[in-house]
Amino acid sequence: MNPEDFDTGDPIAWCPGCGNFGILNAVKTALAQSGRPPSQILLVSGIGQAAKLPHYVNCNCFNGLHGRALPAAAGAKIANRELTVLVATGDGDCYGEGGNHFIHNIRRNLDITVIVHDNQIYGLTKGQASPTTDQGHITKIQSAGVILEPLRPLELAIAMGASFVARGFSGEPEHLAGLIVKGMSHKGFALIDVLQPCVSFNKVNTYQWYSKRVYKLDSSYNPAERIAAFAKACEWGDRIPLGVIYETAKETYEEKSGLDKRPPLAGADILNVDINPALT
Amino acid sequence: MKNELTIRIAGEAGQGMQTIGAVLCRAFISAGLNVFANQDYMSRIRGGNNFFQLRVSGKPAHAPRRQADIIVALDKASVELHRPALAAGGLLVADAKKYGLAAGTAGFADVPLYALAAQAAGAELFMNSVACGFLTGATCTDFKHAESAIRRAFEGKPAEIISKNIAAAKAGYDFSLQQADCRGFAPGAGTGGEALLLDGNGAMALAAIKSGCKFYSAYPMSPSTGLMETLAQYAEQFGIAVEQAEDEIAAVNMAIGASFAGARAMTATSGGGFALMTEGISLAAMTETPVVIADMQRPAPATGFPTRTEQADLDFALHAGHGEFARAVFTPGTPEQAFALTAKAFDTAERYQIPVFILSDQHLAESYRSVRPSDLNMPPVKRYVLTGKIAPDYKRYALNDTGISPRALPGLADCVVYADSDEHTEEGHITEDAAVRAAMVRKRFHLKMAALARETEKPQAVGVENADIVLVGFGSTYGVMREAAESARTIKTGFIHLSQVWPFPAQEMEALLKNAKKAVTVENNAAGQLARLIRRETGIKLAGSILKFDGRPFDLDYLAEALVAGRFQ
Repeated sequence: MNPEDFDTGDPIAWCPGCGNFGILNAVKTALAQSGRPPSQILLVSGIGQAAKLPHYVNCNCFNGLHGRALPAAAGAKIANRELTVLVATGDGDCYGEGGNHFIHNIRRNLDITVIVHDNQIYGLTKGQASPTTDQGHITKIQSAGVILEPLRPLELAIAMGASFVARGFSGEPEHLAGLIVKGMSHKGFALIDVLQPCVSFNKVNTYQWYSKRVYKLDSSYNPAERIAAFAKACEWGDRIPLGVIYETAKETYEEKSGLDKRPPLAGADILNVDINPALT
Repeated sequence: MKNELTIRIAGEAGQGMQTIGAVLCRAFISAGLNVFANQDYMSRIRGGNNFFQLRVSGKPAHAPRRQADIIVALDKASVELHRPALAAGGLLVADAKKYGLAAGTAGFADVPLYALAAQAAGAELFMNSVACGFLTGATCTDFKHAESAIRRAFEGKPAEIISKNIAAAKAGYDFSLQQADCRGFAPGAGTGGEALLLDGNGAMALAAIKSGCKFYSAYPMSPSTGLMETLAQYAEQFGIAVEQAEDEIAAVNMAIGASFAGARAMTATSGGGFALMTEGISLAAMTETPVVIADMQRPAPATGFPTRTEQADLDFALHAGHGEFARAVFTPGTPEQAFALTAKAFDTAERYQIPVFILSDQHLAESYRSVRPSDLNMPPVKRYVLTGKIAPDYKRYALNDTGISPRALPGLADCVVYADSDEHTEEGHITEDAAVRAAMVRKRFHLKMAALARETEKPQAVGVENADIVLVGFGSTYGVMREAAESARTIKTGFIHLSQVWPFPAQEMEALLKNAKKAVTVENNAAGQLARLIRRETGIKLAGSILKFDGRPFDLDYLAEALVAGRFQ
């Protein structure tokens, strides 16, 4: 398959120059590399600019509620474990509105890949602070600057026991595509936080701002060391690491629940369930 | 002889009233009798005061009595707390020595529950089994029925536990035989026949299994948790994923995700959790994803009475979820109806691709009845989905005359499926087009509602013609209305029970009510929500309502008194 095989005719509603374009290209490249046909892939999203992404990809799409992409994705994956499930979500959707689901789906550890379009701002509602907006950032609502400390998704994920934690940058789509491929081949919950400039509403964290700071982790970095990975995840400011921050093998939900030994639930023959053994 | 008997077992939380109550129920069923048992318990794990009350009868029993013919107090506090509930000529059982009561004083029968337990089984802990045995003897019931019921209740436990419980029960049984004649408390002759002991939650769980439910996600909440426990018990055997969600928002969204992927899915909760689910309900409607949602009502607002009963979520269930869309709301009144209507809920949800609600309540959910397996009926299960090879021009939300677009399952069909919570085109992509919007609203709301209305469960009307008064209710008041109508002597009483309140069966209700001499609703709420609904949908203003909103269910005596006194609001 080629990335173009995942094109749809749906007109794209993002602003020109939006960081989402780089993520969309990376997703299509990664899906093409995965070798999975569109009918076997499910992209789930919530609400926000990131959540529109599945409409621009030729595969199954469930565009649900704000903050609730993860539960819908979890339900779909449990119902049909043969589906390749990816989630396209944003910093507001995943870390704000859906924060509880983020925490608990790390615990659940289903084999899904979660791509968070993290532009450190609320784009769809026109420029309010998101959970990842840095302190001091002035918005129309936070007019004296953000006073809350930002949520650190990678630190949180590692602390929660996530088995795959990575950071990409939409300005590096090829590198990002590689991360998505790795996330998809990882067995378990894979978090890829993607730095993504919002050209309309984030005048602080611009392409230039990110480009000056990001660097790619090289082979000298060992993502298997949890404590070192946590320290790496804490790195934020003048230098921001990109790449797989942490990866470890962990039993998945499918394995722990025994789902992996059953045919997909969605395809079960339910026409003649015999409940007599339960009628006692 | 009145051919029926009510027994109340009272004590602190943790004293095993429920276990031993269920044992007694099964013992009486095994003796061929009918039982109705309800539970009154506090929202605590230890202490307080709870009771399990069972009504045993030769005839089918559908509702509780206010007073008990035998009350067993398992602790001292229960003696005076429950004495007012003792029927004339009744027997109040207490352990005088253990509770420090003056032996030989009138007003209770001294049964050394604790000492007998220590003697027969080596620990006072077994006093509830002593009580069970005592009650078996005191009601002229053969001990073999109690023994088999104990074996069943403790199935899988170590043999020693089972034999100790049986020994304790035997000691209680033998003690009762040395006491007064048991014939005064014999519940009459049984009608025989095989029967299950089933509560509303259990009936719904069995129906969900038989309907092919493959995914159940919920957050534990009284009084819905029993349904989840039953499904979890059978999950492995029937290949069902039972997932405890982090909250009710996750529960409903997971169910919707699972259903989108093709598994029949359900969630259940009580009012507070249902409130959290409402955005998800709207999502199911918009994405046209089938989901079955049960609300086991309890008294609200807010946390209310966690372990008690109310029917105050009727208006809420009719309107839950923002926006306008088609829905069906079932309101079963018995375990048999809970079974049949849960099956219908799964069928309706999938056929119409909508959220379907089942309104139960603590009284139905956790009251046990003897139920004949042959009365658990449902039509053969059908599926309404597309899998395999699909036409290349497939559109998930294709517009047509029925409002129901063929539903392909992602991963099981060879096409791609787009579902969206935004307003969408036939393909499932986001749109802001006015004409498309109007067509989609017509599809999701007008067309589906019109079709659903044709299939609404007919109200059950009994003895309505020439009745002096017609009782009208929904859900768990079925039993009390039925028995009140059957046993009414001075006032000729009929009843109408609605087991589905939406789409509202307006024509049928109009026909039933227009010639009624006097009709009143019987509702476990304070607003008379059903009376208001009837007025809204038929224009008929009923004579009033008999309302109860103290968190307790109606009992036969309460309703009979209200009828005689004409206490309508």
